[in-house]
Amino acid sequence: MTEIAEPMPTAMPVSLHTGDAATKRLKARYAAERRFRFYGILAILFACTMLVILLSTLLKEGTSAFFQTEVKLAVTIDAGVIDPKGTGNPAEWDRGAFQTLVIDALYKEFPDVSGRTEKRDLRGLVSPVAGVRLGQMLDENPALVGQTIDVWLPASDGVNQIVKGGIDRDLPEAERPISDKQLAWFDSLEQRGDVRSAFNTTFFTASDSNYPELAGLLGAMVGTLLTMLVTLVISLPIGVAAAVYLEEFAPKNRFTEIIEVNINNLAAVPSIVFGLLGLAVFLNFFGMPRSAPLVGGLVLGLLVLPTIIIASRAALKAVPPSIREAALGMGASKLQAVMHHVLPLAMPGIMTGTIIGMAHAVGETAPLLMIGMNAFVTSAPDSLLASSSVLPVQIFIWADKPERGFVELTSAAILVLLAFLILMNGAAIWLRKKFERRW
Amino acid sequence: MSVTLTVSVLLFLSLAGFWLGRNRAVAVSGGRIANLHSVPNYYGSYMALWAALPALVLILVWLALRGAVIDWMVLSSMSPQQLESWARVMLAPVELEALLPSIADGASALTETSRQLLLINISNLAIGQAQYVNAGVIDAITPAANHLAQLRGLADWTLFGIVVALAGSLLAITWSKIGPEFRARNNVERIITALLVLCSTIAILTTVGIVLSLLFESIRFFTKVPITEFLFGLQWSPQTAIRADQVGSSGAFGAVPLFTGTLLIATIAMCVAAPVGLMSAIYLSEYAPKKIRGVVKPVLEILAGVPTVVFGFFAILTVAPFIRDVGAALGIPISSQSALAAGVVMGIMIVPFVSSLADDVINAVPQSLRDGSYGLGATKSETIKQVLLPAALPGIVGAMLLAVSRAIGETMIVVMAAGLQASLTLNPLESVTTVTVQIKSILVGDQEFDSAKTLSVFALGLVLFLVTLALNVVALRIVQKYREKYD
Repeated sequence: MTEIAEPMPTAMPVSLHTGDAATKRLKARYAAERRFRFYGILAILFACTMLVILLSTLLKEGTSAFFQTEVKLAVTIDAGVIDPKGTGNPAEWDRGAFQTLVIDALYKEFPDVSGRTEKRDLRGLVSPVAGVRLGQMLDENPALVGQTIDVWLPASDGVNQIVKGGIDRDLPEAERPISDKQLAWFDSLEQRGDVRSAFNTTFFTASDSNYPELAGLLGAMVGTLLTMLVTLVISLPIGVAAAVYLEEFAPKNRFTEIIEVNINNLAAVPSIVFGLLGLAVFLNFFGMPRSAPLVGGLVLGLLVLPTIIIASRAALKAVPPSIREAALGMGASKLQAVMHHVLPLAMPGIMTGTIIGMAHAVGETAPLLMIGMNAFVTSAPDSLLASSSVLPVQIFIWADKPERGFVELTSAAILVLLAFLILMNGAAIWLRKKFERRW
Repeated sequence: MSVTLTVSVLLFLSLAGFWLGRNRAVAVSGGRIANLHSVPNYYGSYMALWAALPALVLILVWLALRGAVIDWMVLSSMSPQQLESWARVMLAPVELEALLPSIADGASALTETSRQLLLINISNLAIGQAQYVNAGVIDAITPAANHLAQLRGLADWTLFGIVVALAGSLLAITWSKIGPEFRARNNVERIITALLVLCSTIAILTTVGIVLSLLFESIRFFTKVPITEFLFGLQWSPQTAIRADQVGSSGAFGAVPLFTGTLLIATIAMCVAAPVGLMSAIYLSEYAPKKIRGVVKPVLEILAGVPTVVFGFFAILTVAPFIRDVGAALGIPISSQSALAAGVVMGIMIVPFVSSLADDVINAVPQSLRDGSYGLGATKSETIKQVLLPAALPGIVGAMLLAVSRAIGETMIVVMAAGLQASLTLNPLESVTTVTVQIKSILVGDQEFDSAKTLSVFALGLVLFLVTLALNVVALRIVQKYREKYD
């Protein structure tokens, strides 16, 4: 194109399209074109960069939470200390005494430490809940009572963070949770080979706790599963039935028009308003319990209902009329034609829409806060009416906690949640690819 | 869990009904199925549906009403002496003072709050969780708790009896109806069609439920705080005192600072989302080669699928400290809960939403318009700016309105990244609060159900609902009108 802009031999009369002014104009227009295109690339780059920053921050912060620093101690399980009643029954053990055993073992490891403050600093190396872990071990194997055993116990949050690099050990002493003395003790433990980094099984087998070393996601994951079960049971049948009626049976009249407008508007109502609905209707009017997966599931069910109806209608619409006509021609009733022929053909599309709707519901937080699903729940819920938390709410609770250990737990919980979502969306894409039919 | 038992027995009866109906149909056909009006399965379904549906409706109604009726019966059975000894331990002096003169009326003399408290105490005792009940009142409410436990057991068994009797008699009636002439298929289809209609009205019921619950509680709120003060007042501090004689007991409920805060954050979000979303949609649909489109589209879809709580965490972990550090380097003090951080992250969240809507709108512009423009010698960007965008303008405006409505209703990002202090400012570097933040912060934690503070939440919710509804209706109208033009 640029050759056209080149000045012509001077003998020719100067045309509107070839003069100096024209060349300049053309240059400016092409520059504008390049600028515009550049803005487009910039916008795309911005969105992509943000996603990359988001994911890389989470990965950087979160992966370390899957590991836990542990310290090896030779603990003497003194039957007299843990079992003051002498019954030998684990249920009668003094649970507080396990921590004493751990502390005693630590003192033995560093015999030259004396004085109250020094001893307190030394205790700061192991987790204040290491005794709980020891208790769990003995519950599984009560025969160990009376012996001296080498056990790996969780280090304190401060030590854990230093090892993982969450806190820089070169910081001035006053700015880190671990003092120089504690660092020196810890280094000597490390030289003896008594420190290891183990896979943090607690994260998947425990529920919420005030101590990051003991906090896990099990309760939230079970809560999410129960809640999603209720959501699915509520929204899938109702959504599909509504879509079938609106798409296949509904006469075109005022009433169905209102329903349609309604569904479109409902899809755009802020999710927190659904939470208010749940609070006013399910909790206050029907008196259902707070924090229960049943109520959470009901609220989320209403929330995803419009999504499922819209997706199902699109799927039903995609089935060609010839299928219906053939069925009707064979003498099937209208309902038979729909139930036996149209609905099965639309099912892959409906399932895809449902999974996408459910993925949306899994990440929903605000409406669940309204119905009190931010309860501090230390064990997995065992029924639909038990107090429970869900993954995104657990993330929200942990994000509020000041301890450094909870920052990495939050990131790790987000990674788990994102993995859930990717799995669900992957399933939806797979379904679409596998069963998609072009007519 | 007697209700679970009842439901399982009902399901069993329904299955039995299917089997009975099917067998009966085969039996009455006299060995020739063709004599029957419908296929035997329809006779079975007919009996199964009649056995299950009325009883299920009954169970639902029963469950909805049971709690209130039982509570009323338990409370009215308490003697004034029991009530008084409970009230002396549990109520604040002021409330006790007000209660004592009318204590002879029994439980109807209690205020709503103390009635709830009493009921919670009784029900905790009834389910054997005495550790949650003040030891001083256990003696006074033990008879009521026993009564409650007894009534609950009685109610469950009564329900069981009624349900079994209802389902059984319906089975008998329908069984006797079955004959070769009986139009089972038509009957079943009528029931199923009615069920389909019922399901499609659930969407309307939800909307009605939202409107009624918000409106009902808001009206209660406006009897305590005048609506003009709520809509035009400049002071928001909902901290009502626990006792009436405390200092500063009357909260201020002027919501204007919340509205401006919400608008400020939504504006910042749109300043990020509108240009980025629009430009990326333009680039993707007009410039990008297929390969880049194939990579960027999924990236935007992932961004759209990230839960908002994750964006909130991203805001407090990365964006807010970054903005604060930049401010510190320039010598500007920026609050760590600045509107800017929340707004920018919310903008990032909305980018994929704007982009996909704008993409649809731009693709809907007919190719002939582009070709005409190129034919006149316009460059690509001139075509986009002077032909495509004006043609797509209504759709783009609609998309932006939908995006604004999302930004206004968004909760988790602002809850985590924006502040709680309601200040009337338009400075994006300061901390502001929004409608959704206030709803969340007032409702999470202990609540008292008839205080103005708790009720104010529903008024805020109503405003939120109406504003987003209006935006959506207008946006959908615009988009639809525009679509019709080219179809």
